[in-house]
Amino acid sequence: MLKVTPKTKKILVPLISIFAGFLVGALIMLIWSYNPFEAYSSMFSSALGNMNGIGETIREATPLIFTAIGFAIASSAGFFNIGLPGQAQAGWLTSIWIVLANPNMPKVILLPLAVIAGALAGAAVAGVAGWLRAQFGTNEVITTIMLNYIVLYSCQYLMQQVMSSKLRIDTDTTKTITANGSLKIDWLSSMFGDSRINAGIFLALIGVFIYWYLMKKTTTGFEIRSVGANPYASRYAGMSTKKNIIYSMLLSGGFAGLGGVVQGLGTYQNYFTQTTSLDIGWDGLSVALLGGGTAIGILLAAILFSILKIGGLGMQTIAGIPYEIVSIVIAAIIFFVAIQYVIGLLFKSRKASVEEPEQKTDGTNTANTTSTEGGQR
Amino acid sequence: MNLVGILSLLVSSTFVYSTPLVFTALGGVYSENSGITNVGLEGIMTMGAFSSVVFNLTFASTFGKLTPWLGLLVGGVVGLLFSLLHAVATINFHADHVISGTVLNLMAPPLGVFLVKAIYDKGQTENITQSFGYFSFPGLADIPVIGPILFKNTSAPAWVAIIVSIILWWVLYKTRFGLRLRACGENPQAADTMGVNVYGMRYAGVLISGFLGGIGGAVFAQAISGNFSISTIVGQGFMALAAMIFGKWNPIGAMLASLFFGFAQSISIIGNQLPFFNHIPSVYMQIAPYVITIVILVLFFGKSVAPAADGQNYIKSK
Repeated sequence: MLKVTPKTKKILVPLISIFAGFLVGALIMLIWSYNPFEAYSSMFSSALGNMNGIGETIREATPLIFTAIGFAIASSAGFFNIGLPGQAQAGWLTSIWIVLANPNMPKVILLPLAVIAGALAGAAVAGVAGWLRAQFGTNEVITTIMLNYIVLYSCQYLMQQVMSSKLRIDTDTTKTITANGSLKIDWLSSMFGDSRINAGIFLALIGVFIYWYLMKKTTTGFEIRSVGANPYASRYAGMSTKKNIIYSMLLSGGFAGLGGVVQGLGTYQNYFTQTTSLDIGWDGLSVALLGGGTAIGILLAAILFSILKIGGLGMQTIAGIPYEIVSIVIAAIIFFVAIQYVIGLLFKSRKASVEEPEQKTDGTNTANTTSTEGGQR
Repeated sequence: MNLVGILSLLVSSTFVYSTPLVFTALGGVYSENSGITNVGLEGIMTMGAFSSVVFNLTFASTFGKLTPWLGLLVGGVVGLLFSLLHAVATINFHADHVISGTVLNLMAPPLGVFLVKAIYDKGQTENITQSFGYFSFPGLADIPVIGPILFKNTSAPAWVAIIVSIILWWVLYKTRFGLRLRACGENPQAADTMGVNVYGMRYAGVLISGFLGGIGGAVFAQAISGNFSISTIVGQGFMALAAMIFGKWNPIGAMLASLFFGFAQSISIIGNQLPFFNHIPSVYMQIAPYVITIVILVLFFGKSVAPAADGQNYIKSK
């Protein structure tokens, strides 16, 4: 048994989870007689071996950073925001709609307007769940899941029935947005081998900084974390639980909405009918869980998952191994993060560990630093 | 279309669409009454759908008409095995229930598609040849008015589901096993003090939900979609979760809620064939189950509807 400090343990647990996740993927490939070494090497070489691959990897990471921050903010306040896909989708459709409706507005006004509107749309969707939680104590896991589907079908309806047909190519796809509303930067794309990398990544890096600053340096962030750590003590100290619940969900949804915005204005340049909840929502959740909710962790986890996702495409063409192995590996990694109690048993804490404050101690629930307890309805 | 014709079309399509929800929601009821939150129903359904389709394609010529029914069992068993992940993670390894359930949802679709690609070398399976068709109860179908509406050209699995839900209600509320299961969901410490094996009961709850969720997925695949692809199970598991809540964690309630959601779903699909409903935009029917669930949760605030210890880990002290 290794003796480590709690701080080292915090770094080792995700690393072991990643390793174990890759191992699960390798085992599954071996069972179906695919070569895992060929798979993983072609994965990394196609994601990082050329400028186009690197550009696409960064582009893939951009929305994940936003959705992961969204998840992490709600998580620090003690909420499990599982509605990231819906919030991102609301942001995506809103930003595209605004750009398409104002083709002649100057870029300096239109682009910020579309970005902010997208964030507000995401915030509004999450805000519903936050308000219901604050006002009625409604479990946010259920409301955000339900809101995902409400947004999914509403967006389909809004785009197909409400949006002017002049803005659409057909019932399932909008027109491509004009340059004055796009996050595309020509020199950046050509620098990275004509990939779809865009200004979104700069917004994402600013987002990471804001997230770090907000949570660590501002009163709002402190209050959100306190309410998450111990709502009773926070109320006793004079903080408004209700206000902080709503704030954290609005911020969470705003970031998730931005994830949709960069997907729309950056990656696809249009909106098209979605039949299932957006991937970037679920992947963002995975990124936040692996990253342990820290700014740097989120950044690194987003890059890792993007390497997997972009490299997986190369792996499929080069090695002929089904792309789905990538998602299996990601799910397995999160499984190991979820059972970190077991991984933790491998190590002995060097000193009587000073653990993070337990979340809402009710005797039966173990503290889980990455999230809150499941379903108190 | 006369009234009986309209009603029988409505009832039979409601039955078809609600059956997968009934089975899966019943699974949710058992898991959550034992104290384990299960948001992984969607993933369990996916595995059930996948395995039943593979079974059906492979053995349709051997078992003939019996194939879809055996497919249900296969889907159930695979769902049970898949739910073992959730059980081990939450019961023994102290994992957060929502995260662990989410892992099931993240894992199942790529795993299913990966296996389809590995087995058939393409992204989705062929259509199955032996599916659940329409069934008429001999004798009952000839009863005037009620016969054509309820028993003629109807869905046989739906009737099975309704009967199963009544049996499961009886098990949960009238047997020793049911009492112990609910005790573990309400107050595991007290149950443990009285000598109930909390871990064992919670395993039972989760595995039953895996079995029923797998059957739910298998019904959907063999009665509605007819094949397996990435888009076979998209949201049915979450709708079943909603039905479980709407049904207040009670088997009969979950069954009735599932029938209602199945009705809403079938209206959004066949609504344009019906008078009156063809004027309502289908979006309202599509979002109805989800909106209703939120409203129900808000209305029930203050009254404890969920099992008290649902979602909380129980760690036996040494």
